[in-house]
Amino acid sequence: MHYSRPNSVAEAVNLLGGNTGNAFILAGGSDLLVRMKGGFVEPSLIVDIKAIAELRQIRATDKGFWIGAAVTCAELGESEMLRAAWPGVVEAANLIGSKQVQGRCTIAGNLCNASPAADSVPALVAAGARVHIVGPNGSRVTAVEDVPLSPGKTSLAPGEMVAAIELDERPAHASDAYIRFIPRTEMDIAVASAGINLTLDADGTIKTARVALGAVAPTVLRVDEAAEALVGTKLETAALERLAETCSAAARPIDDKRGTIAYRKSVVGVLAKRTAELAYKRARANS
Amino acid sequence: MNGIAVSTAINGDDIEFLCRPEETLLTVLRDRLGLMGAKEGCGTGDCGACSVRVDGRLVCSCLVLGAEVQGQVVETIEGMASGDSLHPLQEKFLEHAALQCGICTPGFLMAAKDLLERNPDPSEEEIRFGLAGNLCRCTGYDKIVRAVQDAAQVMRGDAA
Amino acid sequence: MNINAKTQIQEFRSVGTRPVRQDGVDKVTGRARYGADYNMPGQLVGLVLRSPHAHARIKSIDTSAAEALKGVKAVITAADLPDHADGDEGLLEILDNCMARTKARYDGHAVAAVAAIDEATARKALGLIRVDYEVLPHVTDVDEALKSTANVVHEHATSRVDPEQNVPLNVHATEEFGHGDIEAGFAKSDLIVERSFKAEQSHQGYIEPHACVASVNADGTGDLWVTTQGHFSYRIVCAQLLGMDVSKLRVTSSEIGGGFGGKTHVWAEPVALALSRKAGRPVKLTMSREEVFRSTGPTSPASIDVKIGVSNEGVITSAYAHLRYGCGPYSGVWGMLGAMTAFACYDIENVKTIGIDVRINRPKTAAYRAPSAPVAAFAVESVLDEIAQKLDMDPLELRFRNAVKNGSRSSYGPTFGTIGLVEVLEAVKSHPQLNVPLAANQGRGIACGYWFNIGGQTCTTLNIGVDGTATLTIGTVDVGGSRSSMSLVAAEELGIDYDKVKTVIGDTATLGHNDTTEGSRGTFSSSMATINAVKQAIGVLRERAAKMWEIPVDDVVWEKGCARAVGEEHGNLPTLSLAEIAKEAPNTGGPIAGHSEIVAEGVGVSFGAHICDVEVDPETGATKILRYLVVQDAGRAIHPAYVEGQYQGGAVQGIGWALNEEYVYGADGRLQNAGFLDYRIPVCSDLPMIDTVIVEVPNPGHPYGVRGVGETPIVPPLAAVANAISRATGVRMTHVPMSPPRVLAALENAKVT
Repeated sequence: MHYSRPNSVAEAVNLLGGNTGNAFILAGGSDLLVRMKGGFVEPSLIVDIKAIAELRQIRATDKGFWIGAAVTCAELGESEMLRAAWPGVVEAANLIGSKQVQGRCTIAGNLCNASPAADSVPALVAAGARVHIVGPNGSRVTAVEDVPLSPGKTSLAPGEMVAAIELDERPAHASDAYIRFIPRTEMDIAVASAGINLTLDADGTIKTARVALGAVAPTVLRVDEAAEALVGTKLETAALERLAETCSAAARPIDDKRGTIAYRKSVVGVLAKRTAELAYKRARANS
Repeated sequence: MNGIAVSTAINGDDIEFLCRPEETLLTVLRDRLGLMGAKEGCGTGDCGACSVRVDGRLVCSCLVLGAEVQGQVVETIEGMASGDSLHPLQEKFLEHAALQCGICTPGFLMAAKDLLERNPDPSEEEIRFGLAGNLCRCTGYDKIVRAVQDAAQVMRGDAA
Repeated sequence: MNINAKTQIQEFRSVGTRPVRQDGVDKVTGRARYGADYNMPGQLVGLVLRSPHAHARIKSIDTSAAEALKGVKAVITAADLPDHADGDEGLLEILDNCMARTKARYDGHAVAAVAAIDEATARKALGLIRVDYEVLPHVTDVDEALKSTANVVHEHATSRVDPEQNVPLNVHATEEFGHGDIEAGFAKSDLIVERSFKAEQSHQGYIEPHACVASVNADGTGDLWVTTQGHFSYRIVCAQLLGMDVSKLRVTSSEIGGGFGGKTHVWAEPVALALSRKAGRPVKLTMSREEVFRSTGPTSPASIDVKIGVSNEGVITSAYAHLRYGCGPYSGVWGMLGAMTAFACYDIENVKTIGIDVRINRPKTAAYRAPSAPVAAFAVESVLDEIAQKLDMDPLELRFRNAVKNGSRSSYGPTFGTIGLVEVLEAVKSHPQLNVPLAANQGRGIACGYWFNIGGQTCTTLNIGVDGTATLTIGTVDVGGSRSSMSLVAAEELGIDYDKVKTVIGDTATLGHNDTTEGSRGTFSSSMATINAVKQAIGVLRERAAKMWEIPVDDVVWEKGCARAVGEEHGNLPTLSLAEIAKEAPNTGGPIAGHSEIVAEGVGVSFGAHICDVEVDPETGATKILRYLVVQDAGRAIHPAYVEGQYQGGAVQGIGWALNEEYVYGADGRLQNAGFLDYRIPVCSDLPMIDTVIVEVPNPGHPYGVRGVGETPIVPPLAAVANAISRATGVRMTHVPMSPPRVLAALENAKVT
């Protein structure tokens, strides 16, 4: 195995392109090193992207925000600017692992692991986040939900890597939230989760909504019917019930050591309601 | 030779070592540098017994490659006391009987130090969530939380 | 030698104080050395190859490619561990568990091992070993294993209560306890509640994986550095398994990073020794966390039926329990222990318990803190709670009406002496937690618990230093602060300050045999032997003082750390301090020491009662522990802070088991959650502070009144949490852990029916 620590994106892309074996990007390493320890992967090359300055940045752009692929979730949580604009994305990112893992893990890594239970992904999907991808054929931008294909598989082509995740500016009367269910209070993988992003009228009527669910399908699930159930409402009880029903109906989870099908279908509806209420409350407060 | 030469600073000392690319910082500390205060409880970042700080960030050293600390600053439990005077957290852990077997103690102390340096006056809930990445199987956490509360008070300079 | 039970010291000077522990600074500075923190010159790295199958015949093992790999120094299989058991079936089972001989009997069963110059080489070598398995049908569930259609887990003969009975082959042992006539008792009861319960398998979850460094020389001598609860027992078993002379193997116990019963049995240590013997070099063998879960000894999964009859006044007229415990592929005593403890808290006229050990294709069950008692209490205390609800009686009052007292005949046979359950219940009754009002979705549960405690072989030496300080060497491993307790005891007896005594754990060459730290025997037994050793040393000190004064020894007494002459002739002599006598030792007869070798008798049992307040989220089934109280009889708390620590730690282990901890096996017989991510022990944010009350009803069998305290705290929590959840939700919980999916499913089922 070789370890390299390039200083630029171009150098990283070159290294990845020149590698014929099993190359892995090392950002936080909180999944990669676990998989190496378990003998599930044997990289021939590890490209550590943490020395690439632009990938370590959080910055405001003319459209919104640029979050470099090597920005840790702890750093996201310390960004006043992001916390104010995208509290749901930040709270999701800050739920990944422990404080120790927070100091290392990244949302780009969380996305590229392509786990259906990844905490930051439902929040990013709900936020309409875009992924900035670089590779041997230049760069491209795609929607977050287009990256994971199935558990462990992404749409990234060989030699491609995520450079950044981009978020829009936050308009007034809008906000987001993310809530997951875990058996303990920390240190678990989501059994089910919901990320919701809402834009309201000045009077509190929901103008637009995006709803995404985690851990209830092979990939994070965007549920447009659930979003439709919210639009035009002020989140009255009936709208919340409709939201829960559509989310539970859309969920197609599996039975595993972390939860049953019945449990996940039931709880994901409950979580969607609670998440919508939190996002709505935040959006009302964001005037 | 597949080894990588790494220059780093550990507990204030300049240290150089050679490691294989797949070796974790935990392995380097324990097996190459003889710093055995960080313990391997799981090797997967789930127990916190190997907690150290790298460039001011609390991490599980089992989830960091040795090669990554090139040019960085590493802090381990071995550097927590100054000479023969213990850190207030170390004192309070002893005073409150916040350890039984003690295997998790170095990791808890590193995590608690990081917590109190970021938040000098944490609530009980903030302490509990701040230390949730460190497993203790002996104490039920009660005396650990009390020790951290007491140490926080001392570190803030509040009258007892 | 036995201890004079009447030597009760009324006023304590050191005992009962809370000094800083003597191994503390090492442990807060990272200097303490645990199993993996030790190296021997030239050591190799050992790794074990484990079966991926729950049950398989090992047709052949080809190690040639591994042996040929550069850097590999030894590869072993069962063939390198010949049978030295000499017909001892128990020993053969241990050997078979350490390295599968003909069959792999569970997922994770060791089948081969390598020693190589480094871990990478050893890992590569493991991958080169070819094992040809014939996969056999398996059974991992206790109730399934009892069905006549179940496959046979182990070909060993079964021992049965009634050989004529058609007992399924996977029953290893059946034990029965009780007295009276339960049918007659049920006939006269006003209310009978009968329920079945299930408890999933849990693991001790110590944070330190098993680790050792083994060195065997060509002359048949050896050294073993190991994390263990009992290095003397490890020495005997390892020497027997390897065909070594016991006295030629020196075992040193490292600091131990938690054991809770799981480090009372050998697992990889004989393998490390065999690797070292074959390689001719020391071998370090450290388990991974995954290996700890898959391949060491968790507790039993269990299935229990309970039937209790009471009068309208709440007096138990009859009680019956049928308890089935999984023991892994080998023999076990778990059914027996469950049957003995199930009703031990209650004085019952007619009682019968049957405990069964059932062989299953899971790892060999090991002790886990009061083994078998927590799930037995879960079943019994749950039924009692339901009875209290049906009688509309305060559940605490129901316990008072049936609690065992001094002289009560226990449900498993013996008559209790001085015991403290009633005092414990009184302390519960006056605790403010009982008055905290509960809101919607909240509930309060109470449960009692019992553990026998044990004594056993114990040996200590006290050496007086030239400056009058003392070194106490004990051989009972310190798992949670007992060295400091022993220093307190020695200081108390000698009449000197705590910080003038240093207690260390001796290796197997320095002391006579000490039983393992298990059964809550450590502080009880070691303090008894310590008191003896100090008394003997005081005898020597008096002789030396007499010599220095040139007076008869009978005219010298020992008081407050000094020799004092008594009597008319020389009562006015100034006292001689310990330091003064020690300084003169070279001229008065040489080194001053005291020794004690005993079988500690006079064990005092310990009862506890816990109160748990919970809030249940009815939409997710999640339980939050709001408040938790542990009340337990310690007899006498030597170091109260560490007694509280035992109460809190045991309670939280029980809470973890009650809420989330369980082994999850797939249909393929493989363990699905061999890691701390999915084997969910409680984290700090899951819990409130754990309140404690130490009740002290002195044990007349111990000079200071000490009772063992380590195990009882894990007995009530499963039931206390279950009763709290049942009262919060109105639905009786019968299956632990009460994980959110299980609680929500129970609530949904209750709506349907």
